Amino acid sequence: MTSNEFMFSVFPYVTIIIALVVTPIRYFVKRFSYSSLSSQFLENKQLFWGSVPWHYGIILILGGHLLGLIIPQSVLAWNGVPWRLYVLEGTGLSLAFLTIFGLIMLMVRRAVQPRIRAVTSVMDVVILLALFVQVFAGIWTAIFYRWGSSWYAAAAAPYLWSIFSFNPNISLVENLPLMVKIHIIDAFFLVSLLPFSRLVHFLSLPLQYIWRSPQVVVWNQSVGAVTNSQIKG
Amino acid sequence: MNIRAQVSMMFHLDKCIGCHTCSVACKNIWTDRQGTEYMWWNNVETKPGTGYPTKWEDQDKYKGGWKKDEEKEKIELRSTNKVKGIANLFHQPHLPTIDDYYEPWTYKYSDLFDAPAGDDQPTAKPISLITGDDIDIKAGPNWDDDLGGSPIYASNDPNLGAISEKDRETLFEIDRLVFFYLPRICNHCANPSCVASCPSGAIYKRGEDGIVLVNQNVCRGWRFCVTACPYKKVYYNWKSGKSEKCILCYPRLETGQPPACFHSCVGRIRYLGMLLYDADRIEEIASCDESELVEKQRELILDPFDPKVIAQAEKDGIHASVIESAQKSPVYKFVKEWKLALPLHPEFRTLPMLFYVPPLLPVLGRVENGTYESNSDTFFTSLEQARVPVEYLAKMFSAGNQEIIKDTYRKLISVRLSKRLEEVGDLDEVKVEEAIATAGLTKETCDAIFRLTSLPTLEDRFVIPPSHREYAISMLEDTQQHKGEVGVGFSEKPERGL
Ligand code: HEM
Ligand code: SF4
Ligand code: SF4
Repeated sequence: MTSNEFMFSVFPYVTIIIALVVTPIRYFVKRFSYSSLSSQFLENKQLFWGSVPWHYGIILILGGHLLGLIIPQSVLAWNGVPWRLYVLEGTGLSLAFLTIFGLIMLMVRRAVQPRIRAVTSVMDVVILLALFVQVFAGIWTAIFYRWGSSWYAAAAAPYLWSIFSFNPNISLVENLPLMVKIHIIDAFFLVSLLPFSRLVHFLSLPLQYIWRSPQVVVWNQSVGAVTNSQIKG
Repeated sequence: MNIRAQVSMMFHLDKCIGCHTCSVACKNIWTDRQGTEYMWWNNVETKPGTGYPTKWEDQDKYKGGWKKDEEKEKIELRSTNKVKGIANLFHQPHLPTIDDYYEPWTYKYSDLFDAPAGDDQPTAKPISLITGDDIDIKAGPNWDDDLGGSPIYASNDPNLGAISEKDRETLFEIDRLVFFYLPRICNHCANPSCVASCPSGAIYKRGEDGIVLVNQNVCRGWRFCVTACPYKKVYYNWKSGKSEKCILCYPRLETGQPPACFHSCVGRIRYLGMLLYDADRIEEIASCDESELVEKQRELILDPFDPKVIAQAEKDGIHASVIESAQKSPVYKFVKEWKLALPLHPEFRTLPMLFYVPPLLPVLGRVENGTYESNSDTFFTSLEQARVPVEYLAKMFSAGNQEIIKDTYRKLISVRLSKRLEEVGDLDEVKVEEAIATAGLTKETCDAIFRLTSLPTLEDRFVIPPSHREYAISMLEDTQQHKGEVGVGFSEKPERGL
């Protein structure tokens, strides 16, 4: 097996299986460990400049990736007109800069604040580095290989679909430049880190807050299940 | 009507000696772990003072509790809403940080043993319990005890806001220095803002007894509750990444024991008992006019002797033994029957279920010659003269409504007059009776108040309702079998996630 074959047709499955199997196990066995592990309580100001740009940037960019994966044809059609391509590329790149700015702030904060160092685990360092490599490779690709979004829709999306349909087509990716390959491989690496790091926090996005009632009451025994007559009798 | 039961609390501030035994009892049981060192689920503050965390009462800074939207006639959280609850997840604009509390520390005792021989005694240097580095201790949780450093602390008390410069001086004149202690735990509110703010829905009120708890397995560390609680009684565990709060020692309550801070209280200032209230009226009452909040909250609490209330309570699943316990509740007497105990800062609109009998000292201690006045022509002169303390106490216990404070004091003073007449006999009987009537009491109630204030037994102070966990268990399995099989069950170490 060539290294390309391994990295693009075996490794992705390994990471996805790890994520799919271990994440629920962690959820059911060690649910207490699911947390954003916020460190804002220990340091507030630098976190703002790190966390806010990082999260808004990464969530929108991931959303973009997802969209391109689901409706690649529409993306290609949109990009058919040059100014629309520039709008998309420009937005993507600005978001990417926002993301990397936030990420660098987060890394600096972890390095220089003694209180934050006290709550930094090895895994925190690993994911920050892996995310940095990921965002950096993404920006590099966007700047130096100008096929950008059309390329993603035309080549990466079909490749990902070929993975999901258990028929990996590595010819779509094996001849790409190194930075692009790094972007793909690191993405799968991050997938495998999901269950072993604080990244699980994004699975708990609490959307139910929008519709739940303000007060929550929990009964040890359901109301009226045991009536007084039963108790007395 | 939808009747619910609430384990409620009453603290009699005249009896608190500020010894912090309660805080230490709590700390030893619940918060001596890493990440919780800075937490004092029970803390005791000197008033006037800035408290813990510093100036917690200042909601312009901390944004806790509910505020009323006068136009819509509705209440909303001051810090968050459905949109902000999602948008501010990544960074919370108003979250207090550890510096608003204090950085916990210990001393490097090993230095005492390891120091090389020398001319000077070795010292144990203070080190931070977070970073382990040397630290220059700047503040602690009760740095302003007994008005220590009052120019910095006491004069910054947010409750003094409405009081003029000149009046403040009166309050601080050294020979009349007025201060008292305010022990605080979570109020286990009927309309808790901590619950309403939690995006995960991890905080809940127990249906059976109204205790407010954080489900540690559901909490994801979004930390909205810390901001939203106006009393700053939910704390963020910086190590585990979860919020924690006072659990009213529910494992003790379930086995018939009072919470540790109650049990250990040296001044015996603490009372605990069931209250029945109408859950359907929570929103209406929490949204009423500020000046009416205390009165309305009393209205929320129902008479456990009323046959209609009893019938409805049984229908709503409240066990007969719990209703009986509510009938014996000392808290019911102080809050509803005698109207002596008041909620702390009702204007935060969380309907706190911990009530305080305000201290007499700030009012009586002002009388010129330094002794309590008890034989002038009108017995309430000291109260009439105590304009400044009354204003101050009204800011704390009645959302500014001074009439409520005065009503309360007239009663407290009458009880003393009545006892003085009985024991010392140097007062005019007719006048004392007049005073008691003005206060809206009778001789018999004065006696009852005196007895429950000064001579209560442990059983009088703590009327703990049975929890009936056996019924909860019996819904799922045979109780005897459960007893034989469970042990402590599988418990997982609460370790910080990766
Ligand atoms: C779905 C919505 C998400 C929410 C609600 C969310 C929320 C949070 C919160 C509350 C924190 C803690 C910040 C603090 O210290 O106070 C955090 C940290 C972090 N999040 Fe997210 N997040 C989300 C998505 C993501 C995604 C998609 C990623 C990356 C792929 C990510 C990566 C991180 C990282 C690396 C940190 C650690 C930052 C540090 O060094 O302190 N998050 N997130
Ligand atoms: S006092 Fe207790 S119940 Fe009330 S809002 Fe604060 S934490 Fe919640
Ligand atoms: S133990 Fe009782 S008397 Fe002592 S500080 Fe606490 S509440 Fe006050």
